[in-house]
Amino acid sequence: MDMFLKFLTAAIVSATPLLFATLGEIISERAGCLNLGVEGMMWMGAFAGFYAGLRTGSVVLSLVAAFGVAALCAAIYAFLTISLRANQNVTGLTLTTFGIGLSLVLGNAMTQANGGTPSLPTAFTDKLAALSHLLPAGAAAQQSSIVQFLLSFYPLTLAAIVLCIAAAVFYKKTRTGLAIRATGENPAAADAAGVNVSVSKYLSVILGGGICGVGGAFMSLIVANGLWNPSGIVGGVGWIAVALVIFVRWKPLLAVGGALVFGAFQTMRYFIPNAVLALPVAFYQMLPFLLTLVVLVATSVRKKSQTGEPGAIGVNYFREER
Amino acid sequence: MQSLFHIQRRPDRSALSSIGLVLGALALAIVAGGVFILLMGQNPLEVYAQIVRGAFVGSVRNPLSAIQSTVIIFVPLLTVSLGLSLAFKMRFWNIGGEGQMLCGAIFATYFALYHSDWPQGVLLVVMFLAGVLGGGLYGLIPALFKIKWGVNETLFTLMMNYIALYTIEYLQGGPWQRTPGFASIGSFDENVALPKVGGVHVGWILALALMAVLAVYMRRSKQGYEVSVVGESQATAKYAGMNVKWVILRTMFLSGAICGVAGMVQIAGSDFTLSTGLTGNVGFSGITVAWLAQLNPLGIGVISALFSILEKGGRTIPINVMSADASDVLQGILLFVFLGAEFFRRYKITFTPPKKTRKEEEAA
Repeated sequence: MDMFLKFLTAAIVSATPLLFATLGEIISERAGCLNLGVEGMMWMGAFAGFYAGLRTGSVVLSLVAAFGVAALCAAIYAFLTISLRANQNVTGLTLTTFGIGLSLVLGNAMTQANGGTPSLPTAFTDKLAALSHLLPAGAAAQQSSIVQFLLSFYPLTLAAIVLCIAAAVFYKKTRTGLAIRATGENPAAADAAGVNVSVSKYLSVILGGGICGVGGAFMSLIVANGLWNPSGIVGGVGWIAVALVIFVRWKPLLAVGGALVFGAFQTMRYFIPNAVLALPVAFYQMLPFLLTLVVLVATSVRKKSQTGEPGAIGVNYFREER
Repeated sequence: MQSLFHIQRRPDRSALSSIGLVLGALALAIVAGGVFILLMGQNPLEVYAQIVRGAFVGSVRNPLSAIQSTVIIFVPLLTVSLGLSLAFKMRFWNIGGEGQMLCGAIFATYFALYHSDWPQGVLLVVMFLAGVLGGGLYGLIPALFKIKWGVNETLFTLMMNYIALYTIEYLQGGPWQRTPGFASIGSFDENVALPKVGGVHVGWILALALMAVLAVYMRRSKQGYEVSVVGESQATAKYAGMNVKWVILRTMFLSGAICGVAGMVQIAGSDFTLSTGLTGNVGFSGITVAWLAQLNPLGIGVISALFSILEKGGRTIPINVMSADASDVLQGILLFVFLGAEFFRRYKITFTPPKKTRKEEEAA
């Protein structure tokens, strides 16, 4: 493969967990729930996926565990903010503290019980590996570079893209999708139109949280090479996802491109020789946040209707206080 | 179908019943935390005892060392929580305490690096002012964008945290690098050190003084009154003739400045270097502290102390018993319970009596 395709491959790998997390957060925010617990839910998904994989060796169970545990965390957030009307920012931040802390405690217990850093068997990780692993050994290397590039995709990456397309169709084309968007835009109007605001919010938050968890599992199962290494598993991807949601203006389809751009930022520095362009590493790391700021400001300067920001984001809805 | 219960806003609870609710929530949090410890296969009483012991009981040679370390954790948390509470009172979601703290520290570090030969008193005062300016300006930026274009401040301040963080990484590996190949600016000159009182840098007096000043500022001053009116309703504030934009700018400068001071105190009192880890995440945990205390300065002091004890004590739990991160889990549980309890302070649930059947009505 030539250099550019190699770069693209690396960018897609770092874009995948971001894409899951971004889609999850879009789903939550579209229903008006700004969940700042993405990072925490990703950590929990990362641990649950890893632990289930280690214990059962089943890919399906591993992903179900990652989804389920993160969804459970999101359910705490949903119960506190939707039913008990707690402040969304504070609850989300607490979820992040709680999720990171709990997955580190459990991860440490797992390491202690294992008597050293646990690692997933290759038989397990191969099932999640790039498509080229489906071919007999050595066969992939003989293909043309474009085919090699296509074979370098991970099944989970494709799943994330499919989910984004499905979400876009769901929000645009279905009545239920419209109803959910309405709860994020103007819950009082949605309520008056007969939409069950609470149910719509609960489902969105929990589903969104579960998807974030799968993103976390992608990091612990694949990016971390099947080793439980607490220092480098999620490491801020959840926060980048919060930024990316703004960058792609709450649109699931744009998220695919946006995640690729942000993934490229994360890997770019390994591919640009210092002789060509000597920028400090910190600059590349700062870039996603800087660009998000620019987008945030640019969209705010334009009319509010064009930003895509849900009208009632971050605001809890109480029917009694309309 | 008739719903089984409905929710009503309750008139303000009496002080006694509020205290009862807080104590009840605290008890619930301790029990829930105990269940978590139990599930981890440990004895909750022993772990709790270890946390308290670890936070208060020092070594034989220096019995005060544990308390001193707890206070060192307490100072930045209290300072930043106080700073953030000012913005929250105005309903301005300043999630940027991390960035403002880092920026204050960056400004102060400039003087620590290039003017360490100044007389110590002058240098420290200048560093303090640099911290005020750095944090204040960093807080001012999102406020400017907010009043000019209505840019969402939660997201804006959140992004700015990372810009400050990577600026420090750049400085560490670039212009302020001490030794080539090692991304660090090294230790400051010995001249750069806050004086100690009671074995801990003077920051603790500063933080407690700030707590008292803010309590008066929020309750007794005209400016504090303006902050709460703008927070309640900008329309009311405008109608009352307040300059809302000015109030927002001024308050965000102050909020950021206080966080900036926390950054300066941390580097000049405890770290003696500039690093991205200097905040210890207080920019985030301060948000929860301020909210939990309902923005009451005294309450912020109490909760900061509680969190610091958890944090310091948690670090002394042996690794084969539990990871020190358990203190974060306990903190999270405590917050979840209190966030939930808040609902019962503001609302009451009335259960709808079951409808009488016809027979019962006839009997009556």
